[in-house]
Amino acid sequence: MDQLFVTLKHWLADFAAPGWQPIFSALLSIAAIIGTFASLFALTTLLERKGLGRMQNRYGPNRVGPCGLLQPLADGVKSLTKEDLVPAAADRWVFFMAPLTLVVPAFLALAVLPVGRNMTAVDLDSGVLFFFAVGAASEVAVFMAGWSSRNKYSLLGAMRAIAQMVSYEVPLILSAVPVVMMTGSLSTDAIVAAQAGYACGLPNWYVLTPWGLAGFLLFLIAAMAECNRSPFDLPEGESEIIAGYYVEYSGFKFALFFLGEYIGMFAVSGLAVTLFLGGWQAPFAFLTWLPSYAWFFGKLLALIALFIWVRGTLPRLRMDQLMNLAWKFMLPMALLNIAVAGLWYFTGPGWARWLTCSLVVGGAYLVLGRALLSGAHLGPRAYRYAE
Amino acid sequence: MPPLPCYLLLAAMLFAIGLAAALTRRNAIIVLIGIELMLNAANLNFIAFWRYGPNPETLRGVLFVIFAIGVAAAEAAVGLALIIALHKHFKTTHVDQVDSMRG
Amino acid sequence: MTFPALTFALLAAVILSAAAAVMMFRNLVHSALVLAVALSGLAALYLQLHAQFVGFAQLLVYVGAVAILIVFAILLTRGNEPSDQVIFSPGRWVGAGIALAVFGVLARVILTSRLLAGSAPPAPAAAVKEIGQRMMERYVLPLEVMGLLLTVALIGAVVLALRERPSG
Repeated sequence: MDQLFVTLKHWLADFAAPGWQPIFSALLSIAAIIGTFASLFALTTLLERKGLGRMQNRYGPNRVGPCGLLQPLADGVKSLTKEDLVPAAADRWVFFMAPLTLVVPAFLALAVLPVGRNMTAVDLDSGVLFFFAVGAASEVAVFMAGWSSRNKYSLLGAMRAIAQMVSYEVPLILSAVPVVMMTGSLSTDAIVAAQAGYACGLPNWYVLTPWGLAGFLLFLIAAMAECNRSPFDLPEGESEIIAGYYVEYSGFKFALFFLGEYIGMFAVSGLAVTLFLGGWQAPFAFLTWLPSYAWFFGKLLALIALFIWVRGTLPRLRMDQLMNLAWKFMLPMALLNIAVAGLWYFTGPGWARWLTCSLVVGGAYLVLGRALLSGAHLGPRAYRYAE
Repeated sequence: MPPLPCYLLLAAMLFAIGLAAALTRRNAIIVLIGIELMLNAANLNFIAFWRYGPNPETLRGVLFVIFAIGVAAAEAAVGLALIIALHKHFKTTHVDQVDSMRG
Repeated sequence: MTFPALTFALLAAVILSAAAAVMMFRNLVHSALVLAVALSGLAALYLQLHAQFVGFAQLLVYVGAVAILIVFAILLTRGNEPSDQVIFSPGRWVGAGIALAVFGVLARVILTSRLLAGSAPPAPAAAVKEIGQRMMERYVLPLEVMGLLLTVALIGAVVLALRERPSG
């Protein structure tokens, strides 16, 4: 049951001529990834709208199909049949290429995620580096979209988005560094394999260590900022700048931007699952009968639900607050986390390293947080009434 | 695999194009882009020689290119900051109009 | 034509045409975007040469950071320059001649060298672990110097581009 899709792929690949088998097998993996994550995208749009609706004390979409389950289909038909407007002053070539340049790296990043046991599409020696490299390539797409619209607001939104993405890329990569350090390899399969085994009933996942927990939280916050998700969605907030850098897009190109953003969210959640939550491994030894891909997608859906929850709960951050958070709080914490991971490794196993590492991480968080909040006035609100 | 002279010719052509961009364009930013192209051509040369060379397990070519990419990034940052500062002063980015030493 | 030769030819065409376009385009932002294409093509070429780490580092650093930096600089230095001005400097033919001469010398050296005529050795394995080990053992001094250089460049770039405070 666990290796169902692997055996299915091998059986299908046997139909091809012997010389063409690797290419055919690769094509099957690609088709499987695109099919799975595109349908997950459709499901997530519906879940997000219904989840946000429930958090805001209203029903989400519930007209199309039972409980609104066919809403993604209706959305797809709408975006395909809408008129594809291109502004007269827009730069046609760049305007056309921008959605493609966003979607292609987002899908490429899904190739190194270990979806199940033996189910990584491409097993690279430097998989984590490949992931971050294609993530960086999608920033150019944001600029292309904003600049080619010849619209001051979309250019402003694009500049903000790029500044935000570049700023948060640093804590994102730095919080993945301790994991690579402890595993000794950049390969995603090796990272998942290093988190195998159970100690005193609890799994050996990296999130259950002090530096792993801090790294996981930093990674998640930086991931939310990288995907322009609330509370970091100033570049595309509907009440701020309409849709920011893709305001001039309509129809299928807008749907491609939407797709690219969500696939980026899946990719980065998938990497968080791989790096910190043990990938496709079961949390307890008695639960290993469930297939590995079911565990991976379960954890992925849990993280997506967390993203949706945070979107519905927290208010939006202002641009300067956002940048302060990245450079003054998250970067020092991520650097300290690397040092704490080294401390963890060189102190032998036992309760001593738990105590020291937790104290260092917790203490740094309190000190930095207190220092950064010292300028804010937190107290009872003073009301001023009109005379 | 294409033979080594193919990669070296490609690197030489890229170097020549970068040199032409640096020498013939007026805009300072294109000059900087030309310099980056020349650096990339040299990096390609290093990797090609590492791949086809006698001792690839010493990883000398790969390490040189890693350091070269780092240095090029630092140089691009400082160069662009200089161009921005020049623009603030001279109100232009054309290299032939930045011709006075007075502040 | 074998598959590696075909990919090399394709990538070489993309890189060279993108580099030529960088030199020829009038619009600066188009030049910068086409530079990103050229750098990605080079990254793909590094991957073909079995230098995985360098290829991904090239994408991450050059396309993800340097190209974005160049784009920002272009947007910050746009003035009221009319776009019908001549984009080539007066010494353009001398410059082109020098570039052609340099290419001629290099091509002659490459094509007439006896050292380079040989078959391809088996693919080397550039494991990231070995790169890291060498960086920490033999090349630790360049690593530290590069860290210092990047810090200095960071501070210097910020200071240079800082808005001047009005005196008095």
